[in-house]
Amino acid sequence: MGIGVGHSLAQASHRVLLLDISHAILQHAKDEITNNIRLQRMLNRTPGQESVADIVERITFTTDYAPFADADFVIENATENWKIKKGIHAKLDAVCPEHAVFAANTSAISITRIASATKRPDRILGMHFMNPVPMKPMVEVIRGYHTSEATLNTAKELLASMDKQCVVVNDMPGFVSNRVLMLTVNEAIYLVQDQVATAEEVDTIFKSCLGHKMGPLETADLIGLDTILYSVEVLYESFNDSKYRPCPLLKKMVDAGLHGRKNGQGFYTYK
Amino acid sequence: MAAEIKTSVRAFLARFFQNVDLADDQDIFALGFVNSLFAMQMVLFVEKEFGFTVEDDDLNMDNFRSINAIAGLIERKTTAETAA
Repeated sequence: MGIGVGHSLAQASHRVLLLDISHAILQHAKDEITNNIRLQRMLNRTPGQESVADIVERITFTTDYAPFADADFVIENATENWKIKKGIHAKLDAVCPEHAVFAANTSAISITRIASATKRPDRILGMHFMNPVPMKPMVEVIRGYHTSEATLNTAKELLASMDKQCVVVNDMPGFVSNRVLMLTVNEAIYLVQDQVATAEEVDTIFKSCLGHKMGPLETADLIGLDTILYSVEVLYESFNDSKYRPCPLLKKMVDAGLHGRKNGQGFYTYK
Repeated sequence: MAAEIKTSVRAFLARFFQNVDLADDQDIFALGFVNSLFAMQMVLFVEKEFGFTVEDDDLNMDNFRSINAIAGLIERKTTAETAA
């Protein structure tokens, strides 16, 4: 998701440092960002647009933390793994200037816990971006236990500069979006498992009767069934509440390697 | 040359339009089979296959709307490069 966030920031005229663990990944990120901006151009041409190269030029691609000594705001987009996120925030804390604010882009991990990995818990918050980041106008912002009002205001200003709005919610596993979405997807999978309806029928009911743009099972395929299972398990472990128990069919599909769109087969088949 | 270009474009499009007989001037976006991401796949195909970069000014859906339009863009670009 760092690709989409970096793209959005550069397009909003911010200078961006994009850090990842290898040059190969960074090259892929640069190619993706370039092509995504070019695609936007195809779809929306307005006179006087800045050149694609000028936008990409604002991004410095790096594997080194040292340049973060000049960073004002960091948005961390690492994988949803506590140990990885903890290590990154501790490193950033050591390098970044005192005033710098860190936002963790996460859909499940506790912001208060991430803040505990740093000596600046008042300057840590959560930003749950939605995919594709450059096209989604709303961000779920999470206030950790120690997050200050000043930090929230800085974050809101940054998002406004990116033409994005936010809803600020409190820190609790899954926040608002995933606590409801993951449970909905999990229950939809139970419907298929229990042969109440097929995946197509479940999705059709959500789309045609409830006005959703996508049904829960199409959404699951898009997000990735492995990610869905992981998120449901995080909720289950966090609340110790049986209502979050992962559906056996979901586990079975993940074990069988049916991960959704990304590898061609989930509840639907993709070419 | 023009015929070869069209054959190559046609072969690429066949991957997306199975069992559809496309006319050279048919608006492929109007057929409704493909989404906007497909437009970018086509840009990348043209660049890779014909060895030129589609410049910012040419990033226009109209250049990719039909087999004739795509072939026209390729001819303009490859002729310009040979001439230069």
